[in-house]
Amino acid sequence: MTTIDNGVNVQALLDAREVLKGAPEAAKFTWRASSKWQNGVHSTTSIQNFFGLGQEQSHKSETVFTADHPEVFAAEDNGITPIEYLLVGLASCLTAGVASVAQNRGIQLRSVESTVEGNHDIRGILGADSDVRNGFNDIKVTFTIDADASKEDIEALVAQSQKRSAVFDALTNPTNVTVDVA
Amino acid sequence: MLERGEVANSWRRERWDSLRLLTPNWQSRLPGHHYQGPDPDGYMTMGEVVEFIERFATVSGAPVRTGTNVTSVRRAGDGYQVTTSSGAISCRSVVIASGACNRPVVPPFAGAVPSSVTQITPFDYRGPDRLPEGGVLVVGASATGVQLAAELRRSGRPVILSVGEHVRLPRLYRGRDVLWWMDASGVWDQRHDEVDDLARARRLPSPQLAGTPGRGTLDLNVLAAMGVELVGRWAAVSDGRALFSGGLRNVFSLADLKMGRLLDTFDEWARAHGRDADVGPPERFAPTRVPEPARWRLDLSSGEIRTIVWATGFRPDYGWLEVPVVDEKGRLRHEGGVVGGPGLYALGLPVLRRRKSTFIHGVEDDAREVVGHLARHLPVRR
Repeated sequence: MTTIDNGVNVQALLDAREVLKGAPEAAKFTWRASSKWQNGVHSTTSIQNFFGLGQEQSHKSETVFTADHPEVFAAEDNGITPIEYLLVGLASCLTAGVASVAQNRGIQLRSVESTVEGNHDIRGILGADSDVRNGFNDIKVTFTIDADASKEDIEALVAQSQKRSAVFDALTNPTNVTVDVA
Repeated sequence: MLERGEVANSWRRERWDSLRLLTPNWQSRLPGHHYQGPDPDGYMTMGEVVEFIERFATVSGAPVRTGTNVTSVRRAGDGYQVTTSSGAISCRSVVIASGACNRPVVPPFAGAVPSSVTQITPFDYRGPDRLPEGGVLVVGASATGVQLAAELRRSGRPVILSVGEHVRLPRLYRGRDVLWWMDASGVWDQRHDEVDDLARARRLPSPQLAGTPGRGTLDLNVLAAMGVELVGRWAAVSDGRALFSGGLRNVFSLADLKMGRLLDTFDEWARAHGRDADVGPPERFAPTRVPEPARWRLDLSSGEIRTIVWATGFRPDYGWLEVPVVDEKGRLRHEGGVVGGPGLYALGLPVLRRRKSTFIHGVEDDAREVVGHLARHLPVRR
């Protein structure tokens, strides 16, 4: 008998679920990012520290993300646009979910690839038409998965991944956002 | 046996006029009492359910004290002190059989709905003619939500149905009632200690079924074809607008896939038990069609909808239970109906001991085991 290994420590996650059922305070995390304007519409955002399990936590190292606009927006294109970061978040969250659910269900993955397309009418952000929203009109994710499982089991992996995805929830449901000036 | 009202009280007072049982008549069986009418495949009206239960009360000689409302149960000595609207009772043991559907659940943002919109729960609903004229937003797509959406749409009203996670089932599968399959294949007999995720199984919404003389399926495709508009799970109210989840497609996928797995189970059972010749050929049903585009925003003050029907589930009410056996979510802590307090038991809760625990025919096996435990408990305490 072969052992399924997608590299996800599912036992640790299941153990955490049991422990946190009785300790809801420890389950409260705060994720943080610090951003700095560079020039034009170019900014950099750094992420290293967060709070969780009742104390300050830290990634192994700091990651710096560069955001800008493309040249067709008359910008320097030092990095991807902010709305594209939402696609990064969605794709990586759903992919992590697929791997975790597959591990938990005993399904060996060979490859998981996806493409994410967000349709965006930029008349909204330009103020050219007040009936057009600023954000995405819709987002389409297409997974191509090679695994030891039936088509239905693979579809169920992707469905369960959406059901437990933080970013899928954050994009499909409203969230209160407070923006203050310190 | 203490009954706050009359025998079959909740069937008399807490159900809408057109409701029929989800289970076919032949499945309505209690110890020593079962359906004997001419239509075993039909579904009882509420009047027929009341008669059926009244008859069982007579046949079984159950010592029912009607009009006796329990106001408190507390520990006293090695038993319990039960206070009722007609006096106190001391007893060694108590079986809680007050059900899981005592109060309709309404989400907190209901308070942010403009006052121009009438809000009702299934406990207030009797029929379409008692609602204000105009459009209706039905929230929730379990058995209650889909039945009320269909009835309201048939009355000629515009109806929007807000759909979260749900359980899709065909009424008939391979020519048999889907609940025949649940019974025959043993799914319903699955025990609480065999179910993978018991907490989840106990929270499962009721399936999208209706008991109608035509034995028709009432899934979301049927509702959409009737002209019911489907929207996502209602997430929030902001500036007088309802905001619905953009994840509608995934709740459709989850339900379609889950139904497919259940039908696979039935097919495997039929093959393994040589029953393929007794039933029709295997069937698969079209996936739930996603409306293009599904709207995610609705102005509640525009007059488009005049009424909201909250079909968002029920919860038990243990306000009278002064024994610390209820968890932080208001649910009774129990192991197969054996509650933490000595001599305290429960019956008739979701997947209490089996998947069928909340169905009329499902209580018999549970009751035998729970009462067995109770009987062993009593002498030990002497």
